[in-house]
Amino acid sequence: MSQPKLQVEHLNLSYGPFHALNDITMAIAPRQVTAMIGPSGCGKSSLLRCFNRMNELIEQARMTGRILLDGEDITQTATPLVTLRKRIGMVFQRPNPFPLSIFENLAFGVRIHELAAGRAIPQIVEHSLQAVGLWDPLKDRLRRSALRLSLEQQQRLCIARLLAVQPEVLLMDEPCSALDPIATAKVEELIHQLKREYTIVIVTHNMQQAARVSDATGFLLLGELIEFDATERIFTAPRDPRTEAYITGRFG
Amino acid sequence: MWQRWRERFIEKTIAASGMFSIIVVILIFLFLLKEGLALFRTVPMTDFLGGDRWYPISEPPRFGVLPLILGSCVVTLGAIVLAVPVSIASALFISEIAAGWAKDALKTGIELLAAIPSVVLGFLGMAVLAPWIKYLFQLPTGLTALTGSIILALMAMPTIVSITEDALAAVPRGYREAALALGATRWQMMSRVLLPAARPGILAAVMLGIGRVIGETMAVMMVTGNAAVIPRSVLQPVRTMTATIAAEMGEAVRGSDHYFALFAIGIVLFAISFLLNAAADLFLHQERH
Ligand SMILES: Nc1ncnc2c1ncn2[C@@H]1O[C@H](COP(=O)(O)OP(=O)(O)O)[C@@H](O)[C@H]1O
Ligand SMILES: [Mg+2]
Repeated sequence: MSQPKLQVEHLNLSYGPFHALNDITMAIAPRQVTAMIGPSGCGKSSLLRCFNRMNELIEQARMTGRILLDGEDITQTATPLVTLRKRIGMVFQRPNPFPLSIFENLAFGVRIHELAAGRAIPQIVEHSLQAVGLWDPLKDRLRRSALRLSLEQQQRLCIARLLAVQPEVLLMDEPCSALDPIATAKVEELIHQLKREYTIVIVTHNMQQAARVSDATGFLLLGELIEFDATERIFTAPRDPRTEAYITGRFG
Repeated sequence: MWQRWRERFIEKTIAASGMFSIIVVILIFLFLLKEGLALFRTVPMTDFLGGDRWYPISEPPRFGVLPLILGSCVVTLGAIVLAVPVSIASALFISEIAAGWAKDALKTGIELLAAIPSVVLGFLGMAVLAPWIKYLFQLPTGLTALTGSIILALMAMPTIVSITEDALAAVPRGYREAALALGATRWQMMSRVLLPAARPGILAAVMLGIGRVIGETMAVMMVTGNAAVIPRSVLQPVRTMTATIAAEMGEAVRGSDHYFALFAIGIVLFAISFLLNAAADLFLHQERH
């Protein structure tokens, strides 16, 4: 196996006295979709938020262990968060476009990271929208407020907003949970296309979704990584009885 | 039976109180209109609104309200220019940056500022600020438009800060997270996402701040020097509409043109305040969509 994009080593996370993640070790392969599944409250979002260190916004959160991005530890205090979050972007459960125009939403990241200026910005906007299939429907409405789009288009826009800053890893925290089945199918199709260029980690409590979109799957239970393997294997021949119980729907 | 009767009595009382306050407002307004418009039986409207001299007791009297309107505008505008940036910065600090005791201290400080009676602020302006401004700019007098603006800015701040704070608190957390997760610094998040998202509320805050300032009388009367001339600089004494009414109402002969002119100024003030409140309402309303 090639060098993992993200290597997690003995990761622990606690919120004050509450131990949310317990000694997680796993490797996330580049240009693949890795799904994290598990019942509500098992720590999926917490794990995802370790990768871009968003947990640091929570005052009482403490993280130990190491996370290597391309072999480089990103948990050090010296790691610049701005560059880290440019390289590792995040899509949230509820679509959260800014209350600005569609264009300004996409230009936001480009401007703050000074990736381009002047005429180059509209080009990046066009590319990003094209990548998520929104260019044709929206190209004449770029000045309209992003809040007027449908939820599905908002979520696509949020993905486009990330692509505009040329990230390497996309973290997706239940990106379809606010969407209806048809919109969900479209976003899953998009995820499938995106993995050609990006490493994707997706959190879902929908097992069918994990089975459909991912190459590797990790099963979390009460903050512990019970099993981590190729998706096919997890869903056909899980090693741990608890994984089997979960995927066959006996609890969770 | 008794119960029902009591319910109806309470309902009727509440309705009557509501009606009463509306009726009082209407009566005040009608009285203001009647007394104010009486001026235009003898003085043309253009002389009043367009005249640049306010000599109400000279012979013949001149009732040009322009210097007073401009006086109010200069002092108000100055106060807003001073108060808005500081207030928005304070609101950002309270809602986004400060934690623990710093936050409490600032909030309490601003609430205390609101609790200072305007006459006390005016007194401080006269006793402390005016000599200081006189010295700093080498002026013949420290009682200037700027002095008034500074004192009024202090009065407008609590209003602007607290409404801006509410507007910031109403911005969904998702916007902040999205910005930070994209690699924005805290300042970029605040300036590019938070402030635009809270803009309608902030505009309403500014409108209400202006409303607070333009209607203020006591402090302005004490620190602006009260010279009814068209202001050419903020370092000149000016006279506002409110100060004029307060200072001259006592000596104006009831039923004289002077007396009616003061009511006409009242109408102008009323119209300005009404428009400001309506604008603030519009912004706040817009925010809810
Ligand atoms: N900010 C927080 N403070 C305290 N506890 C938290 C916080 N966020 C999450 N938790 C706790 O951590 C556990 C894992 O939460 P989360 O990662 O959101 O789970 P999941 O995404 O799998 O549903 C839950 O028990 C939750 O109550
Ligand atoms: Mg979650």
